[in-house]
Amino acid sequence: MKYKSMTAIAVTFAAFGTAAFPDADDNQLVINGETEIVTEAAAPDHMENIDTIYSGWRFRSEETQALEADDFDNPGMIAVDQAMDRWATVEGDKNKSCASCHGDDPAESMAGVRAVYPKWNDDAGEVRTLAMQINDCRENQMGAEPYGYTSAKMTAMEALISVQSRGLPVNVAIDGPARETWEKGKEIYYTRYGQLELSCANCHEENYGNHIRADHLSQGQINGFPTYRLKNTKLNQVQARFKGCIRDTRAETFSPGSPEFIALELYVASRGNGLSVSAPSVRN
Amino acid sequence: MRITVLIPSALALCATAAVAETVLPANIEFNEGAIETPLTDAPGDPARGREIMTSRGKGNCIACHDVAALKDAPFHGEVGPPLDFVGEYRSAAELRGIVANAKQTFEGTVMPAFYKTTGFIRPGDAYTGKAAPADLPPILSAQEIEDVVAFLQTLKEG
Ligand code: HEC
Ligand code: HEC
Ligand code: HEC
Repeated sequence: MKYKSMTAIAVTFAAFGTAAFPDADDNQLVINGETEIVTEAAAPDHMENIDTIYSGWRFRSEETQALEADDFDNPGMIAVDQAMDRWATVEGDKNKSCASCHGDDPAESMAGVRAVYPKWNDDAGEVRTLAMQINDCRENQMGAEPYGYTSAKMTAMEALISVQSRGLPVNVAIDGPARETWEKGKEIYYTRYGQLELSCANCHEENYGNHIRADHLSQGQINGFPTYRLKNTKLNQVQARFKGCIRDTRAETFSPGSPEFIALELYVASRGNGLSVSAPSVRN
Repeated sequence: MRITVLIPSALALCATAAVAETVLPANIEFNEGAIETPLTDAPGDPARGREIMTSRGKGNCIACHDVAALKDAPFHGEVGPPLDFVGEYRSAAELRGIVANAKQTFEGTVMPAFYKTTGFIRPGDAYTGKAAPADLPPILSAQEIEDVVAFLQTLKEG
């Protein structure tokens, strides 16, 4: 069905002489003149309908792209600095800061962490997102209040941890004990929710490169999260983005932190295996 | 903003719908995707159809379709085909069927069904992200479908 309607669209486009897709540009991202970011890669084997994956950066305007190429221009870096202060701040009953256990420099202890999240946690017997792990440390290691799942503090801490993986390929595991969660996420990705009956795939797989109203559709990759959006002038947590996309299908959304969104995050992350982590990214 | 703009026209439409005989979404008969009989007995108003096609909370048709005649509204999408001249090669019955439920014409299409109230997965209350009320209204009313069809019929050459 998907293929059928895709063909119909492609044919229609051909008839009107408009290129359908892919419509990512050819620009290359090097951050601070030194960190090369892979924004295009062969799709991982598990993806059936797409050959090449692209970072969302490749679909943005040159002005927006430029903001991500230099940390002095990247408005998302302010949150990283704020999180760095919190990294060393003692909180909770146990009188600990993140630094107490993970050392003063997250560049050492957190390098490569973001690239493999969400990740199966054996002790807990669950797939954990980075946000869940941060809150687990806050509650159980520090005796501190958990951050709100998509709160500014959580998103900033995710950005601080993610920036230590910048340039490394996303490489989340989808086999073994994570498989069941991954399958569930995949099912959600292809479900046509809401009164508009649209799935993630309808927009981000069948129509990337096309405009939907003013928006240039990307593949909806999450290698750039958290993302600073010019639209709401703040860092955006990945599950807040999922929520917005589902709401826009005139659907009842899922909540950030819900089993559905955890599964979806694992699945969507795995569609980006091979792209570089490039967070915090800048989008419109 | 969206809501304030829409209220006056929604009220006006209710007033019209009250007098007109209306076919409910559940009672529609599709004939190879087309709907032969108008959904109301009041004729469609192309001027109102034009507004519905560009307004975000209503048809928002230009989110996916490029329509030269609607260029006064910004940002036309390219998910669906351009609709210029669609009134030339599609009958009113076909257009009515496509706008009411395009899936009856194009199997599995991404085009939403605008006159349908059941069979959704996690339907929401418009764009609030909250669950839909039990009596979920269709995205467009019967009269609004007729208005859009009337406008589409004006999309002809010359
Ligand atoms: C009392 C010690 C302690 C404190 C304080 C602590 N953590 Fe942890 N953290 C741990 C332990 C233990 C692990 C699990 C290590 C492992 O299994 O690799 C861990 C794991 C993590 C991981 C996952 C690393 C990986 O490789 O998967 C992240 C991310 C993390 N912590 C972030 C934080 C942050 C952010 C803070 C401050 C808000 C914090 N932690 C505070 C002890 C602590
Ligand atoms: C009606 C079309 C539509 C649907 C359906 C949709 N999205 Fe989106 N999404 C957009 C648009 C438009 C944007 C902003 C432009 C872009 O990056 O594609 C966006 C952006 C995103 C982004 C940000 C990408 C980046 O580079 O920052 C992610 C992630 C995303 N969507 C995930 C999803 C997921 C997961 C689903 C399914 C639950 C979904 N979307 C469903 C239209 C859609
Ligand atoms: C989410 C995108 C989307 C929206 C919104 C949308 N359409 Fe469509 N429409 C499509 C696609 C895609 C097709 C092509 C059918 C196919 O093969 O899937 C289509 C086809 C059509 C056709 C048939 C064109 C032809 O050449 O036969 C008409 C007429 C049409 N749409 C009218 C509308 C109207 C009127 C609205 C608003 C009330 C609307 N559409 C909203 C995506 C959309």
